[in-house]
Amino acid sequence: MAQVEETHLPKEKIENPRVRMWKMMFGRLFQNKLAVFGGVVTFGLIFTAIFAAWLAPHDPTEQNYSAVLQGPSLEYWFGTDNLGRDLFSRVIYGAQVSLQAGLISVGIALAIGVPIGLISGYYRGFLDEYIIMRLTDAMLSIPALVLALALAAVLGAGLTNAMIAIGLVLTPNFIRLIRGEVLAHREKEYVEAGKASGISDFKLIIKHILPNTMAPIMVQATLAIAAAIIVEASLSYLGLGTQPPDPSWGSMLANGQGYLDSAPWIALFPGFFIFLTVISINLFGDGIRDMLDPKMK
Amino acid sequence: MGEKMDAQLKVEDLHVGFKQKKSSVNILNGVSFQVYKGETLCIVGESGCGKSLTSLSIMGLLPKQGEVQGGKIEFEGENLVQKNMKQMSRLRGNDLSMIFQEPMTSLNPVHTVGKQVAEVVRTHRQVGKKEAYSRALEMFELVGIPSPAERLHNYPHELSGGMRQRVMIAMALACNPKLLIADEPTTALDVTIQAQILELLNDIKAERQMSIMMITHDLGVVSEVADRVLVMYAGEVIECANNRQLFNNPQHPYTQGLIASIPKLKEEKDELPIIEGSVPSPEKMPKGCRFSTRCPFAKQECLTDSPPLQEAEEHTVRCWMHTDRWEEMTPWKGVDEDGREATEQDLIRS
Amino acid sequence: MISFLLRRTGLMIVILFLVSVIVFALVNVLPGDPALLILGQEATDESLRALRAEMGLDQPLVVQYFVWVGDLLQGDFGQSFRNNTEVSSLLIQKIPVTLQLTVMSFAVAILIAIPAGIISATRKGTLWDSSATVFALSGVSLPPFWLGILLIFIFAVTLGWFPPSGYVSLTENVGLSLWYMLLPAVALGVRLSAELTRMLRSSLLEVLESDFIRTGYAKGLLEKSVVFGHALRNSIIPVITVSGLQFATFLGGTVITEEIFNIPGLGQLLVQSILTRDFPVVQGAVMFMAFAVIFINFTIDIVYSILDPRIKLTGGSN
Repeated sequence: MAQVEETHLPKEKIENPRVRMWKMMFGRLFQNKLAVFGGVVTFGLIFTAIFAAWLAPHDPTEQNYSAVLQGPSLEYWFGTDNLGRDLFSRVIYGAQVSLQAGLISVGIALAIGVPIGLISGYYRGFLDEYIIMRLTDAMLSIPALVLALALAAVLGAGLTNAMIAIGLVLTPNFIRLIRGEVLAHREKEYVEAGKASGISDFKLIIKHILPNTMAPIMVQATLAIAAAIIVEASLSYLGLGTQPPDPSWGSMLANGQGYLDSAPWIALFPGFFIFLTVISINLFGDGIRDMLDPKMK
Repeated sequence: MGEKMDAQLKVEDLHVGFKQKKSSVNILNGVSFQVYKGETLCIVGESGCGKSLTSLSIMGLLPKQGEVQGGKIEFEGENLVQKNMKQMSRLRGNDLSMIFQEPMTSLNPVHTVGKQVAEVVRTHRQVGKKEAYSRALEMFELVGIPSPAERLHNYPHELSGGMRQRVMIAMALACNPKLLIADEPTTALDVTIQAQILELLNDIKAERQMSIMMITHDLGVVSEVADRVLVMYAGEVIECANNRQLFNNPQHPYTQGLIASIPKLKEEKDELPIIEGSVPSPEKMPKGCRFSTRCPFAKQECLTDSPPLQEAEEHTVRCWMHTDRWEEMTPWKGVDEDGREATEQDLIRS
Repeated sequence: MISFLLRRTGLMIVILFLVSVIVFALVNVLPGDPALLILGQEATDESLRALRAEMGLDQPLVVQYFVWVGDLLQGDFGQSFRNNTEVSSLLIQKIPVTLQLTVMSFAVAILIAIPAGIISATRKGTLWDSSATVFALSGVSLPPFWLGILLIFIFAVTLGWFPPSGYVSLTENVGLSLWYMLLPAVALGVRLSAELTRMLRSSLLEVLESDFIRTGYAKGLLEKSVVFGHALRNSIIPVITVSGLQFATFLGGTVITEEIFNIPGLGQLLVQSILTRDFPVVQGAVMFMAFAVIFINFTIDIVYSILDPRIKLTGGSN
């Protein structure tokens, strides 16, 4: 038999189709200028939060009674508040609080929501239809802020408890989303094939169904971080979130409201940063959504 | 017959294309034809040949990027190309009507069909609601909708496809149009319903002395309803003749191919002849005759020189074969004058 | 239709039942002894015990729950711990205030969203469209408390056109009442209007591509009649559904808006009673809000079927 000739492989390595897909998707993400803006600002804020101790020129809780209610200056970039604290430093540390609140509460919501959603959608039945779904209906019909307020009151004021409360409030959204995704996937051939070849339910859910629901979960999680930051700021504004003297944008806003006529910067700077953070995360989240599925626009 | 009759619609050297980011693409390249009063003209061609674009240009309903790049559309002695949105809307649905291919989606799902027909009447006539509805009822009777008074209050989704197309026809005829443009009116319908709708259009035309311009790719439909037939290929008119002439004596190789590909009951062939290849895209249009890339008879010059439209005895055709020059032309060798093999680049107009 | 109503009502009752369980559970794990709260630190053990017995607090939780629900069904929301007034009369007193805020905010939202959505969809790609898109993008990221403070700073403190906070009831002085409520309504309404603009734009863009829109033009209608007579109703159907889902968030916004502008409505009552652990008022207010959300969504389902004749209301599964 004649020698088998070497196949006509191109000189460069054939690109893994998965790698090519990701390249294409990131290409799409980078074309979206708003998403790039959102991503850059978001990562800038994360950087600021992580290195707050190095970036902040002052101790955010240090009170200086000789420099009370000062306007922005070279020494105090964003001015000082009624206790003479440096607002620039407080805004920087506030980023820490906000992002932490956003990330941890969404983490809590995912940790509870994903397993419940997976099980509920995969096994369906009475528990799913009559208990879990109706409970999420009930929770979703209580305004999120109201439920978070009540939960925060039950657990006691403070950032940790606020994050738990927000996490719990966000959970039903994730349960519904994941359950819906699982329902759509469980009828598909690959799941049927997996079942037929005797793969255990657990393995099927974790290894096959979960990865297929990652894209919408990622998008929803990103947008939920923005929502969580708003709720945390609201709770802090109402006095049930971060406790003084720790800097939180929400409580700084509440404090600044009393000085709108004499020292508006106390409220305006933290307020602006709440807006900047939320819009950046939203733009970035929208960008990820379009990246994963351009049709979903 | 043509010369004695008056033209209802006269399209002259119409160029239509699409605006793109910087340049624009030309689709219709100098289309000219006439629709005489009281006749049915069928425009035939493959999808993408520009027949729908022609009808949308006449109606002034080109999609947003579409633009008329040149030529005239004369209706009742007035050039439609120069009319603005408001002037056009006074004609549309009134003297100039159109029915579309998709009866399933062409009606607004949230209004009753009666309301939608009455709306045309109220748009163009100074009548009250009641009169408009009684006109709609009249139209429903005319187009053969059973128990019309009840159907007036139905929503589109409650009617079958054939009924919806009848509603569309009722709507189009409500203001006694002088010209009805029907763009593939029966394509989406069952065969039996198709026949009914065509018969209905024929009857109404005869009754009202209305002109019909029907767009179709179905030669069976053409032979049934057409007085005259216009064949289009790649944005150009390539042949035009009356119904019998065209079917008995097609002149253009493309038309011949089209007619040969109709299945006939008498002959039993294993295989139907087909036209090889597909319509060239607007960016890759051949320099010469647009059909040359697929034409079995093409000669050397066909690829580089555009044939003129030959008019003879009410049968016009655009093909070198029917000119005096044909005999002098060089047979196809696949090579150009210098003996060099013609590359694709040479054949595509810049 | 009737079977749909029955089914939907049944579902509504089940959800309300679950809401009541959640609300009751929440409030009853709140730390703090109501009897102590009412009588104060100096109360004797005996008087505390007597009050607990009187309030039924010595009963098992399940019994307490059914007593509470039984009273609720008779319209008895209990009594406030703070000033011994009926919770129901407190609610009745506060609801109109919040209702006024809600209605005015909705009006603001719709007055902005409908023109903005229509203009940006029909003038796609123009400066109008870009402005509307920027508005929608930034509007959804503007929390009402920040926008509220910004509005107070600009229009009350700096320009002095509006009062910075406070409330005048409609019965007292209609003009003054509307004037006081305008900034809060804008603060609360902008976010919803941004959301609605975004949805209306995309929904309208999709509808404008439909064949029946072309039919409208072919009939001889002008753009105005096509958009308002044919496109708008079709495109508003999905917008209405989603705005129902947004209603809960919106109602949550009233809480913080009322705090910022010092409006004595349901939200302010709720915050105060949470901070002072006035359980019966918290329970009553949350129950009422949840009921409002559930009822609005129920109504929207019905409106939906009226707007879209293709939807048949049946008792079948959703």
